[in-house]
Amino acid sequence: MSSIIPQISVGLSIASILLLIALGLAIIYGTMGVINLAHGEFVMLGAYAVWFLQTFLGIGLIAGLVLVFLLVGFVGWLVELTLIRRLYDRPLDTILATWGVGVILQQAVRLGAGAELRYVKMPDFLVNPVHVMGYEESAYRIFIFVLAVALLLATYFLIFRTEFGLRLRAVTQNRDIARCFGINAARIYSLTFAYGAGLAGVAGALVSPLKSVSPDMGTNYVVDAFMVVVVGGVQSLLGTVASSYLIGQANGVLAFLSNDTMAKAVVFLGMVVLIRLFPQGLFAMRLRRS
Amino acid sequence: MGLDRRKFLKGTAAIGAATAAGFPQIWIKNSGLAYAAGEIKVGVLYSLTGTTAIIETSLNQATLMAIDEINAAGGINGAKVVPVVEDPASDPATFAQKARKLVVGDRCVSVFGSYTSASRKAVLPVFEKYNNLYWYPTLYEGRECSKNVIYTGAVPNQQQKDFVPWLVKNFGKKFYLIGSNYIYPKEENNVCKILLKELGGEVVGEEYVPLGHSEFSSVISKFKETRPDVIFSTVVGDSVVALHRQYKAAGLDPKKMPMASLTTSEEEIAAMGGEFAAGHFTSAPYFMSYDSPENHKFVEAFQKRWGKGKTTNFVSEPAYFQVHLFKQAVEKLGKKDLTPPAIREAAWGQEYKAPEGLVKIDPDNSHTYLWPKIGEAQTNGQFKIIEQSKEWVKPLPYWAYPGQVCTPEGLQQKKA
Repeated sequence: MSSIIPQISVGLSIASILLLIALGLAIIYGTMGVINLAHGEFVMLGAYAVWFLQTFLGIGLIAGLVLVFLLVGFVGWLVELTLIRRLYDRPLDTILATWGVGVILQQAVRLGAGAELRYVKMPDFLVNPVHVMGYEESAYRIFIFVLAVALLLATYFLIFRTEFGLRLRAVTQNRDIARCFGINAARIYSLTFAYGAGLAGVAGALVSPLKSVSPDMGTNYVVDAFMVVVVGGVQSLLGTVASSYLIGQANGVLAFLSNDTMAKAVVFLGMVVLIRLFPQGLFAMRLRRS
Repeated sequence: MGLDRRKFLKGTAAIGAATAAGFPQIWIKNSGLAYAAGEIKVGVLYSLTGTTAIIETSLNQATLMAIDEINAAGGINGAKVVPVVEDPASDPATFAQKARKLVVGDRCVSVFGSYTSASRKAVLPVFEKYNNLYWYPTLYEGRECSKNVIYTGAVPNQQQKDFVPWLVKNFGKKFYLIGSNYIYPKEENNVCKILLKELGGEVVGEEYVPLGHSEFSSVISKFKETRPDVIFSTVVGDSVVALHRQYKAAGLDPKKMPMASLTTSEEEIAAMGGEFAAGHFTSAPYFMSYDSPENHKFVEAFQKRWGKGKTTNFVSEPAYFQVHLFKQAVEKLGKKDLTPPAIREAAWGQEYKAPEGLVKIDPDNSHTYLWPKIGEAQTNGQFKIIEQSKEWVKPLPYWAYPGQVCTPEGLQQKKA
């Protein structure tokens, strides 16, 4: 019985990382319908950006987060401007194009920064664990959890409480009509893409001290991100939250009961079944009614 | 046109006949040929691109440095050693293809290569078919006995025989075995379990994570649940980095529950940061911080040749000394037939003062006598050597399989 609380916290911790990684993709995929296979590489760029800031400019992880967001967002903005924009009517080609962008980014980092693993320092005050309800918890994992929730709230606010969000939702529902009302759809799209990419960058920066930083780290994250978004339902922020929680807990519990190899296999199997039963994802239908 | 078609055909036929007649002679009597141009060709087969490129590049560099040293000192019996470098791109199929090129195309008398067991297994058929010789520098899981390989890395008995009893004595009998999910960790853990059984130890958990795994929170909560005295780790690659960082972030203490690893080297520590590695242990025959005149010379030469911040490690050191053992073997042969089987026989029993200490190729099984050491990782990224074997340790590649023994004729079944 004593293992229930630590178990929940393990699940929450995995879930918060999943949410962090998937949030940017949920925005790009959910609102713009762009299947962005370069998402993992944006995560990787974020990790390298924070490594660069730390090693060469002496800017710490937390202080650098805003810069990382702007830097990776800018890369996203460029990608949208030069490539994605020209492919909005050809979704299949977008998949191939973004995959190509991913390969280019990965190799560029390999050439520029080298193939070796890079070291990102954890902020000093977060290295040691803290006591919560009688249990030792990693301070850094709690920090990640808090930031994941904060970013979720910020994104929610942006989409549902600002004028930009209103326009974005209008363009999402019907681009042509929205344009008739004088909304600059192209601008909305490029800003949204940049925002999603920036979020991915922040996610990469945040996981870098806990995991490892290498040019091909994005490959795993892009799979996780798509898994979360597809299960949750493409157009629903709530769905993204719910599915990252679900997958995180399932992963945690299964890994505890058997092992990580098994957990991964079972979670993937569960997803296949789930998508078969709910092709739109868990939350898509309910959202439409409201 | 003075050359008509008929003459041309005759001419080529004659050349063809001459080659056909000459070729087998050269082929069978490899002698003379190797020295013909005053040079000895060897292959260097380490990946310079792909997943394992980082570590294999250091092996390539250590090998080339040793070859340069030999040539600077006048070569072998007056002949220069010429390295033929190929990049197998971390892909076993490419390894096999490049190995064939080096053996058949370039007629190398030996090839130095491989880091992963998968790549070694992939080139084996090539070396066995053409009866050539492969020099393999990496510590590995043992349980192999090829006539065409000289193994200069550690096998499980060399890394664990002193290490496990030492861990039991200093920390306790409860072990948690964690490894990456492939053959090497499983074989090492087999050996560990046998040793633990003899010592009355207990395995409280055994788990394998997928290669490249980076989310260890479940594993860590199992550590907390089972409270082992020692975490015995054979996790490899970037997972090592994630495991150490998450271990510390979760509040576990190396003083009470240290990780004892066979795979964590100076390279991984540089990537995770010394503060995350400090207090954990690794068993290996070589550490960069080892204090010996040979090692000082090796480290200095390596950094001078390849860059100031470069680290040497327990894989690049054998990659370096095995070239010197090759040299001694060829020297012993003199101007006689320089064939791979002759080199192999001459290599048996060769001794060399390597950076880790005096090593010897075991005539019984073509593996190498080594000097196991136990190192404790420090915050500066280096290891402090706390225990050192008092004598060199004989390699026993089939230690965990009592019915089998590796001999110069190949694997034999012992009759009980």
